[in-house]
Amino acid sequence: MANHTIAHDVYVPFLEKKGFLSWILTTDHKRIGILYLVSTSLFFLAAGIIALLMRFELLTPASDFVDPHTYNVLFTLHGSIMVFFFIVPGLAASFGNFLIPLMIGARDVAFPKLNIASYWIYLLGTAILLVGLLKPADTGWTFYTPYSATTNTDVVLMTFGVFVLGFSSILTGLNFIVTTHKMRAPGMTWHRLPLFIWASYATSILQLLATPVVGITLLLLITERTLGVGFFDPAKGGDPILFQNFFWFYSHPAVYIMIIPAMGVISEIIPVFSRKPIFGYKAIAYSSLGIAFISFLVWAHHMFVSGISETAAMIFSFLTFLVAIPTAIKVFNWTATLYKGSIQLHSAMLYALGFIFLFTIGGLTGVFLGALAADVHLHDTYFVVAHMHYVMIGGTVMGFFGALHFWYPKWFGKMFNETVAKIAWFFVFVGFNVTFFPQFFLGVQGMPRRYASYPAEFESLMSLSTYGSWILGFGILVMVINLLSGLISGPKAPENPYNSLSLEWQIPSPPPHENFEEIPQVTDWTYGYGKKKELEV
Amino acid sequence: MTWIPEVASNLAGKVDGVLLTITLLSLFFFVLITVILVVFAIKYKRKRDDEETPYITGSEPLEIIWTVIPSILLIALFVYGFVVYKEMRNPPADAVDITVTGKQWLWTFDYYNGKKTLNQLYVEQNRPVRLVMMSDDVLHSFFVPGFRTKQDVLPGRYVQLWFTPTKIGTFDIFCAEYCGTGHSVMLGKVNVLSPEAYDIWESGLPGEGGQSVASLPPAELGEKIYKEKGCNACHSVDGSTLVGPSFKGVYDHKVELADGSQVDADENYLRESILEPQAKTVKGFQPVMPSFKGILSDDEVTAVIAYIKTLK
Repeated sequence: MANHTIAHDVYVPFLEKKGFLSWILTTDHKRIGILYLVSTSLFFLAAGIIALLMRFELLTPASDFVDPHTYNVLFTLHGSIMVFFFIVPGLAASFGNFLIPLMIGARDVAFPKLNIASYWIYLLGTAILLVGLLKPADTGWTFYTPYSATTNTDVVLMTFGVFVLGFSSILTGLNFIVTTHKMRAPGMTWHRLPLFIWASYATSILQLLATPVVGITLLLLITERTLGVGFFDPAKGGDPILFQNFFWFYSHPAVYIMIIPAMGVISEIIPVFSRKPIFGYKAIAYSSLGIAFISFLVWAHHMFVSGISETAAMIFSFLTFLVAIPTAIKVFNWTATLYKGSIQLHSAMLYALGFIFLFTIGGLTGVFLGALAADVHLHDTYFVVAHMHYVMIGGTVMGFFGALHFWYPKWFGKMFNETVAKIAWFFVFVGFNVTFFPQFFLGVQGMPRRYASYPAEFESLMSLSTYGSWILGFGILVMVINLLSGLISGPKAPENPYNSLSLEWQIPSPPPHENFEEIPQVTDWTYGYGKKKELEV
Repeated sequence: MTWIPEVASNLAGKVDGVLLTITLLSLFFFVLITVILVVFAIKYKRKRDDEETPYITGSEPLEIIWTVIPSILLIALFVYGFVVYKEMRNPPADAVDITVTGKQWLWTFDYYNGKKTLNQLYVEQNRPVRLVMMSDDVLHSFFVPGFRTKQDVLPGRYVQLWFTPTKIGTFDIFCAEYCGTGHSVMLGKVNVLSPEAYDIWESGLPGEGGQSVASLPPAELGEKIYKEKGCNACHSVDGSTLVGPSFKGVYDHKVELADGSQVDADENYLRESILEPQAKTVKGFQPVMPSFKGILSDDEVTAVIAYIKTLK
């Protein structure tokens, strides 16, 4: 700390340079992080508005607000944009970029030019997607064949956009893996690394290994549509189940690409606001790798009623149960960290606690879907929709919001209004539960997903869910306004507002371009909070 | 409000057993975590800024406990789920076979005696049924919530599903796998009949539904068919455009065809459109309608046309 006070007159925050070119040509990981943050947040808001439109249609049983085809387009766009354009790159690329070099004590990622190139590829993918919106696909985000091979909507552009996007994900993963191996500051051993780094590392491996498979799959689908080669369409000698195998071989690990970084965020927030070391560091660190590994072996649990064999179903059900174990271990360890702490309910901490609560529900309801007999009834109903949103919003998005509030002062050098942030959290938390909790009951009662209209018996729960979506939307609106107005008129942020021990908090807010004046010498892990027991009277 | 549809098959109760077991265990862990979370958040809430906290980094016994206990429970649940699933997938030898065809956006059922029904499946109470299913086009999924069972239906390959209906009544059939524009109207009913009622239905004329409809006036019969046989999935009667053109005001008006020519929508055009839908497709619509040849009798086609005539 002393070092930088001496050098204060030469400190230039990384946000100092202005102008379009200074952003689009930057190789600074912190700026690239902001580029991802802004792009993914815009997609999040757009897909969120689409979700509100869908829920509005579902307020009443009849198909009355939009026609069924438009509804099908809406849920396809909502799913595809949320998954491929927001949630996969959301935490992993935006916070990953900003935090990895800062947390390990490096000046940048290993390949800064590759890093900005990855972002350009992301932009190219989004541009292709936007052109595809002229005649948007109506296949659902899963692009199941043979429907996706035969519908007359523009599946090719949309899947090609996702295909291009995949390269951004692969290259970012590669970059982060090398960075974590090669760029750690002296003394930053693997077992001193912040858990967010472990999480990002596990995520990067998944991105690197799984994304090529979805790329190939979508390319095969495009080939089938444009050249008529029958990979998946039985009329041409193909096999529709093959598509599902390929698709989920990526898209199941992708679920963990989305959730593991959020788990990393929670592992950072909880110790700081409890003033306690993280409980079970190694258990949490290695369970990230464990989840990443098993996640490659569970894809067919999306296909228990698709016509796969009994034996296959048995094996995949068993492996699916295995993935629950490292997940449960994490939840127990986070909870135990609170024990005898000095807990400050900062807005970031509220999101972290909300994460544990909601993610527990998401995880437990996953057990229902892993159990074969129960899955036969619940598959493709609203139960799956609810489960998936408890994991993706209750988990990833809560983690994303938590990360936004937690690192906001460091990233932008400003403070937001903490009271308004808590009010927004309250509406998000309540609105989310009102929207999605009724959907578990709808699913158990048999309401299938992706229905533009529905039998009247489901109306009361469906409209309750729609009312919830308005509360949730309002909460997010308040949160966005609060964070934006903090940027414009918020007070200046101190260097380390929460007394964190992590490296990124030991430098000015916002950090200077080169991060560290001198590469720090690390002597302890990041979680040394609390008073060590000593022999005393 | 009921939590779950009434148990209506031999398998449903067993699936409910699995659901209930997982629900109870989940509730236990959910309450456990939530209570600990809330108690800790209140009890250890920061009162002063300089509070001292202990340096606790973990506990191996705890890690072992909360790894081993959930593992045992999860493996037990896996076995329970698999045992019931195995039974769901293995029909008894004496099951009655019914052929099911899914197509955008209706179900047809072919019975051993040459009967064929549309969207209405007729089965006998307490007699095991095995459905042999295939799709004519894209993926569908045959789902009966009351029976707690579901199976995706694939093109080019037979899949099977079996159950023994235990309750007399009608039960929803939903298509659970997204199949395009009309997905949410691809609905049917399972009619579980008592053995006596089933005998009467079984000996009825091929292509005829369960109850006698001869006494209805043609337009009313047509309306009934319109609703029961799935016409309403794609054709509105209020002028709005769904998958196909609306029935409202179509009769006796000029219709522009896909090839640009015009045709009078008279009785013969309507009849042809029902039996040979691809012969003269209306401009602006996809040629996706399935043929109702062999599904509707001549009388029924006439009745549907009579109904269309009333929609001015």
